[in-house]
Amino acid sequence: MTLQRRQRASPDIPTGSMADIVFLLLVFFLVTTTMNQDIGIGMQLPPAGESKKIQKKNICNIWININGDILINLEQDISVNQLRAEIERRLAANKNLIVSLKADEETPYAKFIDVLDEIKLSGADKISLASPSE
Amino acid sequence: MNFKKKGGVSQSIPTGSMADITFLLLVFFMVSTVFVRYRVTGIIMPEAEKIEELKKRRHIHYLWISADRQIYIDDKLANLDDIAGIFYNRRVKDPRMVVSLKCDYRAPYGLISNVMEELRKADALRINFATTRER
Repeated sequence: MTLQRRQRASPDIPTGSMADIVFLLLVFFLVTTTMNQDIGIGMQLPPAGESKKIQKKNICNIWININGDILINLEQDISVNQLRAEIERRLAANKNLIVSLKADEETPYAKFIDVLDEIKLSGADKISLASPSE
Repeated sequence: MNFKKKGGVSQSIPTGSMADITFLLLVFFMVSTVFVRYRVTGIIMPEAEKIEELKKRRHIHYLWISADRQIYIDDKLANLDDIAGIFYNRRVKDPRMVVSLKCDYRAPYGLISNVMEELRKADALRINFATTRER
């Protein structure tokens, strides 16, 4: 009668496939990672019910109609590309200038953002967003 | 004359520390990964140049407006009249709240203006017009 020696289980954890597992996890995180997507044009709204009287000479009114045509102070028809230079010129002449942006109710949001972007790029920091019903 | 055998350069790349390097990368990605919290499909945001990045994600609250004039708060459908109440409660809990307005480029400005009016009522005054980076 031959007695077989009982085989003992190996006490150490196999680490050979550890690198493969970690690589798999790494690929998962590489694929799912999204960089910060919360970007946009920041604005600070005035508190409700607050309205200030502003001298007319310090206001630059910009209207946008439903087709995205832009009008400055009801007199000057202008394109989006010329807008930045025009506001920069007006800002240089009057540092207290407040740019008031008013758009039609049905103006597409993209046209509004185009104009707001140009106003921001021109360096104007006092921007007023008039509501279409006013 | 005794010629010495030229010592050859080992041709195998050491892979012993591969697992450590991968672990390091893994930890980096695990820490830096942020998952998209809310997603409303079908909204294409306009492009802009003068944009800023919103840093503290926990203070950001999302308001979506689709091209067909639907309003979503985070990712739940809402009415215009609900906005003031909902955002007032959130503003009380989080005074540093920023509302990110994620509007479709075709959405009418009138509706967005009404939404801003409601946000003013709720004293949620810090807003951000979400856009994509202009290429």
